Amino acid sequence: MIQYLEFEKPLAEIEGKAEELRAMARETEEMDVTEEAAGLDAKAAELLRTLYADLTPWRKCLVARHPDRPHCRDYIESLFTEYTPLAGDRNFADDHAVMGGLARFDDRPVVVIGHEKGNDTKSRIERNFGMARPEGYRKAIRLMDLAHRFDLPVITLVDTPGAYPGKGAEERGQSEAIARSTEKCLQISVPLVSVIIGEGGSGGAVAFATANRVAMLEHSVYSVISPEGCASILWKDAEKMREAAEALRLTAQDLQQLGVIDRIIPEEIGGAHRHRAATMATVGEAITAMLKDLSGKDAPALVDDRRRKFLNLGEKGLAA
Amino acid sequence: MNWITNYVRPRINSIFSRRETPDNLWTKCDNCGTMLFHREVSDNLNVCTNCGHHMGITPRDRFIALFDGGVFNEVEVPLPQPDPLQFRDQKRYPDRMKAAQKETGEAEAMLIAKGEIGRTPIVAAAQDFSFMAGSMGMYVGNAIIAAAEEAVRFKRPLILFSAAGGARMQEGILSLMQMPRTTVAIQMLKEAGLPYIVVLTHPTTGGVTASYAMLGDVHIAEPNALICFAGPRVIEQTIREKLPEGFQRAEYLLDHGMLDRVTPRTEMRDELIQITRMLLGLTPPVKGDLPKPEPETVSNKDETAPEAVTE
Repeated sequence: MIQYLEFEKPLAEIEGKAEELRAMARETEEMDVTEEAAGLDAKAAELLRTLYADLTPWRKCLVARHPDRPHCRDYIESLFTEYTPLAGDRNFADDHAVMGGLARFDDRPVVVIGHEKGNDTKSRIERNFGMARPEGYRKAIRLMDLAHRFDLPVITLVDTPGAYPGKGAEERGQSEAIARSTEKCLQISVPLVSVIIGEGGSGGAVAFATANRVAMLEHSVYSVISPEGCASILWKDAEKMREAAEALRLTAQDLQQLGVIDRIIPEEIGGAHRHRAATMATVGEAITAMLKDLSGKDAPALVDDRRRKFLNLGEKGLAA
Repeated sequence: MNWITNYVRPRINSIFSRRETPDNLWTKCDNCGTMLFHREVSDNLNVCTNCGHHMGITPRDRFIALFDGGVFNEVEVPLPQPDPLQFRDQKRYPDRMKAAQKETGEAEAMLIAKGEIGRTPIVAAAQDFSFMAGSMGMYVGNAIIAAAEEAVRFKRPLILFSAAGGARMQEGILSLMQMPRTTVAIQMLKEAGLPYIVVLTHPTTGGVTASYAMLGDVHIAEPNALICFAGPRVIEQTIREKLPEGFQRAEYLLDHGMLDRVTPRTEMRDELIQITRMLLGLTPPVKGDLPKPEPETVSNKDETAPEAVTE
């Protein structure tokens, strides 16, 4: 049973009617509704296409947060083999909002790191809804160091509402942990590629996505602040999130124009949550392509490439 | 309204009824409420003479107090493209910028300067909280890069005074990208073997704390400065409980291992000179107010790498 988003309500109605018709037909044999149901299906497909042809930034936020969207764990299961989770920051704890470890990608050993949001109440709480605490970033730092020492490429999968705004997290140096993680991303002399698979929330995302190549799924978002947060600060009204989402330019399309991301990974009509397997496969292809793109660079060139990329950012604006 | 504004101020204004008389002869301490004579406060670097509360200070005033004889040269910052996102909330971003520029008389939220402190050549950067809450956008990123480049070029340490509400939302993702950008700048300093000292002032929050403000060789904060990633209000909303007194204040961070020192503003200069000179392997500083450096020494220092730094 698919969970419909708020703007998909009309679609839910049509698909619901089609389903009802079919159920009725199954009960009363003499009734033939095939044609009618097919008509409704066509109507639903058409509506889905129009809905997704031109998603507003706010709708993209909703799609990016859809609970059925493939999460980090799903990508690791489907795209990697021999995944061997490595835990802990060797300091305080293991943060379950961040998963990572050794794995093989296209048979090549790599280090994979990502935010995991969880997929039911229990796992969501365990994963803290994908909001990392300092230990998560420190675990990532440790894994990046490992990758650097053994010359393994690093693949990061970003999907976080942001760093966790909690008392303990602040007490244990959230800011420092994020700053060091970003710094580590810039230091390692192995290929570092990143995919924003859902939400790229602020500093929590930057700490993983300061990469040689950054890709974004078509309906994922990447922003300095959530539209709700921005609306409550600048509009003094959290309900103005639609306007804020518009103004923040957080869509993959705008970010590519600004030069912040390198490629957009297309999603099929209806979004990644309707086409999980296909989406994960396309992400896999994008990772392969990005790694291939970096294969000619030696260690100093990789570090230099990353630095230049970020130093030069901001030269491109958006066309009026 | 109290008797001072109603009675004393008009009286004083009538005594000095000249045009150039500033109309804010008195400042009220935000903490203890004492009315303080403006000269007294500015001589004390905007620290309340009654309770020691540290009020805001502009980068320019800070630099005048910091550099020998108040002499410094501003370092030019490359201007970024204005309003890259064509951002509009209730006001247009360019209008907000113009208002801030008019109010502060500054171009943007960070000032970079070079000069000498205790005869030690340095580059200094100071963030201006009065300019759009000191928020970090493209300009601040460019400023830190310019400061780091200048420091590397002349082999000088960089001392940075942070003060910001965080990233500048009106520049969206490009403000977020200043986190990695400024981190690259700090790496350039570190690779050149130059000290990078951060002075965290009230308030330093958000993406600024989570990038260049927490990557210093030495972290010093001013007393009671709020230093955090997520602000207390956001945390209270999330965990639905009241936060303890002093949470995320400088002394609290010192206790939790995030800072090296908490130092009053009035003692900051001496301390910075002392630390910088030790890190650079120089002789102990000459204490006290030094006379203005000779103009030619300043310009000479600009062209040649200072002999003071040994590698």
